[in-house]
Amino acid sequence: MLHKRNPQLNHHGELIHLLSIEGLPRDVVTHILDTAGTFLSVNDREVKKVPLLRGKSVFNLFFENSTRTRTTFEIAAKRLSADVINLDIAKSSASKGESLLDTIANLSAMHADMFVVRHSESGAPYLIAQHCAPHVHVVNAGDGRHAHPTQGLLDMYTIRHFKKDFTQLSVAIVGDIVHSRVARSDIHALTTLGVPDIRAVGPKTLVPGDLKGMGVRVCHDMAEGIRGADVIIMLRLQNERMSGAMLPSAGEFFKNYGLTEDKLRGAKPDAIVMHPGPINRGVEIDSSVADGAHSVILPQVTFGIAVRMAVMSIIAGNDA
Amino acid sequence: MKILIKNGRLIDPASGRDEVGDVAIAAGRILTLGKVSADFQAARTIDASGCIVAPGLVDLAARLREPGHEHEGMLESELNAAAAGGVTSLVCPPDTDPTLDEPGLVDMLKFRARKLSLCRLFPLGALTRGLAGEVLTEMAELTESGCVGFSQAEVPIQDTLVLQRALMYAATFGYTVWLRPQDGWLGKGVAASGAVATRLGLSGVPVIAETIALQTILELVRVTGARVHLCRLSSAAGVALLRQAKAEGLPVTADVSINSLHLTDVDIGFFNPAMRLTPPLRQGGDRDALRAALADGTLDALVSDHTPVDEDAKNLPFGEAEPGATGLELLLSLALKWGADSGLALPATLARVTSDPVRVLGDALGSLSSSAGRLVVGGVADVCVFDPAATWVVTSKALASQGKHTPFAFEATGTALPGRVRATLVAGTVAYEAAAA
Repeated sequence: MLHKRNPQLNHHGELIHLLSIEGLPRDVVTHILDTAGTFLSVNDREVKKVPLLRGKSVFNLFFENSTRTRTTFEIAAKRLSADVINLDIAKSSASKGESLLDTIANLSAMHADMFVVRHSESGAPYLIAQHCAPHVHVVNAGDGRHAHPTQGLLDMYTIRHFKKDFTQLSVAIVGDIVHSRVARSDIHALTTLGVPDIRAVGPKTLVPGDLKGMGVRVCHDMAEGIRGADVIIMLRLQNERMSGAMLPSAGEFFKNYGLTEDKLRGAKPDAIVMHPGPINRGVEIDSSVADGAHSVILPQVTFGIAVRMAVMSIIAGNDA
Repeated sequence: MKILIKNGRLIDPASGRDEVGDVAIAAGRILTLGKVSADFQAARTIDASGCIVAPGLVDLAARLREPGHEHEGMLESELNAAAAGGVTSLVCPPDTDPTLDEPGLVDMLKFRARKLSLCRLFPLGALTRGLAGEVLTEMAELTESGCVGFSQAEVPIQDTLVLQRALMYAATFGYTVWLRPQDGWLGKGVAASGAVATRLGLSGVPVIAETIALQTILELVRVTGARVHLCRLSSAAGVALLRQAKAEGLPVTADVSINSLHLTDVDIGFFNPAMRLTPPLRQGGDRDALRAALADGTLDALVSDHTPVDEDAKNLPFGEAEPGATGLELLLSLALKWGADSGLALPATLARVTSDPVRVLGDALGSLSSSAGRLVVGGVADVCVFDPAATWVVTSKALASQGKHTPFAFEATGTALPGRVRATLVAGTVAYEAAAA
């Protein structure tokens, strides 16, 4: 088989789409984080706008419902002065039987410049990137279990903000790793940035042994998994894991893997606690931890807008 | 019509014949092999200089999509594809719509195929009505209509008691049951479990989906004595079980698809839907075990697993894309490629797509069983003439099949395939002839 070029990079190695953190060179990731830093101040200004995407049309294509992620992309695009069109496709074309590529062709004909795509199937943004017009840029806003690269990047921004250096860190990711696109993107980003110790923590149904292949240490014991950790990333537990016989109950999950103040004492004294949101209080995280001194969950949200501005402005500036 | 094929290298894997010579054909049968006397008055002469003259290929797994899925393939387009691929006999599974569980449907299919006279068609009947895994079909009636065995296609029987009874009943009358070993619960993923599926976030089909089903089938073969053909094994562990079962003397045979023989899950790349296949592509160690097992005869036959899929069903995110790839026209080339890679002589390579699959079919072929897949004086003139030195580039334009998707498309692989069919004869009639170069 031919080795295909990474579809998110052009021939000069510049980012034209953001589909996954896997395979991105470290300097591309660092450049995004640095650029995000320059946008943070924009968010504090009286007039929260820069004209980088003026006249451009950004289409939010959400084939799977999400209010939060869509809103942060919308805010980011508007602060870059883009025109934003929100399409809740889960409720429109797809239910009329229009195919994914027909939808894309129609929207391309409306002179879209960028698609922000969320889809329940892993890899859907790749298909879109392969079939849209060459000037259109695609940002993956979450595809199946595969990737949620802007979440991964904003997590890295958050870690860098609080911990400065990646090369000495122990990072624990706790919960439903196997179904989590956030976990995959975090793992790729952490390994790319040189984090030496990444642990995936949870029961065998949610953290199978073959995750080792992604460069993480698999732990089934919570105390061991977060011992001495600098960063703890808690993942949201989806209700369907109970019906799929992966867990007996949310309560039992909390007992074993829920992050409480007591368990948190096993981590480093200055450990930070992260969560991609929305949080399930009392399922994966205790309220006292979510609202406590170690929590950086709300800064994550703020950084998320700056990171998405950085991603959109960078890819819009690179030609296929 | 009398036909003379001249100056070819005649290879008959079953008898070991391998010599340069001629073939005289009359009244649908082979009259002479080797030296043809000068007074044979041929109406047509095919010059086979530099070419191999082999038995027509016998493909044990090809979907023609009729009835029910005509947008993806028609009897005529797919049998033309068979002829273009040098395939002169093919076995089609019963997963049409409606399923092949009524003798009338089988009669109709056989009749239409006969009228086209492009390729011999041997349908498998549904083992259970509507493939629902509940009620047995009328196997004797279906056999009279021309079914050569009974299959559940891609729908495993979940109820082990029904499977046991189906095998007992089939064993009573000596019918062969064709099963692809796949556990119905463990087999619901879209890619083989492993590093690639984990990384890409694709739901996995573990190897145990195959081996648990295989163990169940083999246990049932032990107690029922049914003859079972195991379709399209995909794993090294599956091959090991098959090898044990054969050593034990169980009446089982097995095949592997061209896809599993040449590809691995790494070829999925960036979610290429052409690689969405059932069984899913597994790891390198599995592929190596399948290649070795086909070489040593543990696996009896190589099949195309031809499944035409239309554009709309394939151009979707990986997990939503319909599984399957076109294959009839690739079978010969991919057999030759495997044989060359494995250091096999041509007759041994060709055996896996000619005489060996006929041995799998056995008595179900009736009078054909003594001459299909062979070059025999007095036998049916099903012949494939191909140029082993020619190469070709797989593009949608080059394919006669209505299914244009294949993992081996040139744009994906960047390599040409070896071997090009020059002419295909079915029952002494030219079913395909390549345009003069």
